[in-house]
Amino acid sequence: MSILINKNTRVICQGITGKVGEFHTKGCLEYGTKMVGGVTPGKGGQKVLDLPVFDTVIEAVEKEGADATMIFVPPAFTADAILEAVDAGIKVVIAITEGVPVLDMVRVYDVIKDRDDVRLVGPNCPGVITPDECKIGIMPGYIHKKGPVGVMSRSGTLTYEAVWQLSELGLGQSTCVGLGGDPIVGTSFIDLLKLYEADGETEAIIMMGEIGGTAEEEAAAFAKEHVTKPMAAFIAGRTAPPGKRMGHAGAIISGGKGTATEKIAALEYAGIEVAQSPADMGAAVKRAMSR
Amino acid sequence: MKIHEYQAKELLRRAKVAVPESIVARTPAEAAAAFKKLAGEVAVVKAQIHAGGRGKGTIKTNPDQRGVQLVKSADEAEKVAKNILGHELVTIQTGPDGKTVNQVLVEAGCNIARELYLGIVIDRAVGLPVLMASSEGGMNIEDVAAKTPELIFKEHFDPDTGLQAYQVRKLCHKLAITGKSVRSADAFMRSLCKLFVELDCSLVEINPLVVSAEGDLIALDAKITFDDNAMIRHADLAELRDIAEEDPAEVRAGQAGLSYVQLEGNIGCLVNGAGLAMSTMDLIKLHGGEPANFLDVGGGAQVDQVTEAFRILLADKNVKAVLVNIFGGIMRCTTIANAVVEAYKQVGFNVPLVVRLEGTEVAEGRKILSESDVDIITATDLTDAANKVVAAAG
Repeated sequence: MSILINKNTRVICQGITGKVGEFHTKGCLEYGTKMVGGVTPGKGGQKVLDLPVFDTVIEAVEKEGADATMIFVPPAFTADAILEAVDAGIKVVIAITEGVPVLDMVRVYDVIKDRDDVRLVGPNCPGVITPDECKIGIMPGYIHKKGPVGVMSRSGTLTYEAVWQLSELGLGQSTCVGLGGDPIVGTSFIDLLKLYEADGETEAIIMMGEIGGTAEEEAAAFAKEHVTKPMAAFIAGRTAPPGKRMGHAGAIISGGKGTATEKIAALEYAGIEVAQSPADMGAAVKRAMSR
Repeated sequence: MKIHEYQAKELLRRAKVAVPESIVARTPAEAAAAFKKLAGEVAVVKAQIHAGGRGKGTIKTNPDQRGVQLVKSADEAEKVAKNILGHELVTIQTGPDGKTVNQVLVEAGCNIARELYLGIVIDRAVGLPVLMASSEGGMNIEDVAAKTPELIFKEHFDPDTGLQAYQVRKLCHKLAITGKSVRSADAFMRSLCKLFVELDCSLVEINPLVVSAEGDLIALDAKITFDDNAMIRHADLAELRDIAEEDPAEVRAGQAGLSYVQLEGNIGCLVNGAGLAMSTMDLIKLHGGEPANFLDVGGGAQVDQVTEAFRILLADKNVKAVLVNIFGGIMRCTTIANAVVEAYKQVGFNVPLVVRLEGTEVAEGRKILSESDVDIITATDLTDAANKVVAAAG
């Protein structure tokens, strides 16, 4: 078991004919992901890495039985690519693209928010990986190890850091999900908490949040009521100045709201083991599990 | 992206949102001419900088001069403009050095009956834009939200259908806007929401929003921030950018495709990924040091970009030591190692350099560094790196 994706997931890449799309499709193939094709409007009939390229997502669904997609199309076209995938019946839509206008995501979110049958992850995210089974995204596969910890985060490299610490401690991962660093993303921490809680393989959960918004506070309140599995967390940006965008479009303290201090207080109130240092993330999971 | 008040008001004017008549002046003589042209008994001279608190802010070299002042003659307009233009204005948002004022807005006075607040942002939790209104105009809305949140009224709206007429009537009821002002509010609020969507704003703030003695709603101040990601479809708005208002190091980093934020400390950080970059700052602080910056070189950076990142870091006179913290994913450790060597050749390191590498091509990256002439303090993990860089910075 795992969440969202596994060894049977049939994956396409939207934007496969672009340099970045092809590079990461190759990485996924090498990891063992069942890549079944790609989509670039106007380039149907070509082959990339020996995979068939289609003009539309619906063709890839009909001909290859695709049920997940990894999106690398440019930011101006990402919302349309997401909506095309959802419309074509793709169940897991993973948008890696960075720089999507926020109002585009407002419109996408309006379509997907009540759809229990569709899961959009991202945009501006590293993707999703179920170790030894399926990697959809840009993360370095080799640092992961199969095991009991569910990993979810708003940041890419910080996730790698946590995964590496966990693997060094002998703690493998069930599924790792990068939610994305934008103000509006398809999947929230709460969505994933529900999935991890129901997943038989996941025994503990670590959440990496950051400044901006209230997603961590909402997740903490939800976890207090509904999550029985041990949880650890880390919040990045204690030293971030207010009003400055810290790399991610969503990582900004505005109107005095979204500070790390508020988030850490909410997590601690919910009984979650909070790592004080980013060097302590793996160990925090271990402490949570032995409580 | 932030813009000036005068630019925001011009956009409001075009969107048929009521603003007072005003003229931009870049010299004292222009300010005097503007007063005459407005032909009123009074006018207001307003310093134009990208920071709030201008009315209470003062000119650094002349603390008696505030950033916003009522004037009653062309001579007075000229005198006030002379006091302000070319000088640094210090407000609660500028820091102690203040910001140089390069233009003032000379604005016609208006008969104020009431002062209200209007703001539009994206509500991240709901996934929709939201119009916020408050009877507490002229106040800092953050203080209102903290002390009397019941005085802030919110209406979400769909970007494509916009704010509905009934929502305006509801807000009017709550704000005690009555009579003919309701019609004025309808035009004002709905046009403002439309502008927010059409121009891909991330913030529109009218504080204060004035109800005039004649019953009209008028934007006395205006603040607009655009969604940086949406600039790809607004080439005309990108021209409104005023680089003089931005931190030069941040501008330089932006040109190299790097994400950089200047801070006050003495330990420079070079990291890949926003989350890890923030965490590295936190780590330094936790071990008793102070970060000098946030710097995310991103995943796809090449050697020349990373070399430029080093130049920016080393140009900061406060920096006493540098910590390179890389977890290679897409970014290869070899790219970073080559950039360290390249930066050493091109700029030289006048401060200690602590390097922690992990991830993709780490062994090759470490080899490049150990075989080079560069004097490096290597660190094995995050805690080790933090301890070493804090010690090195003294």
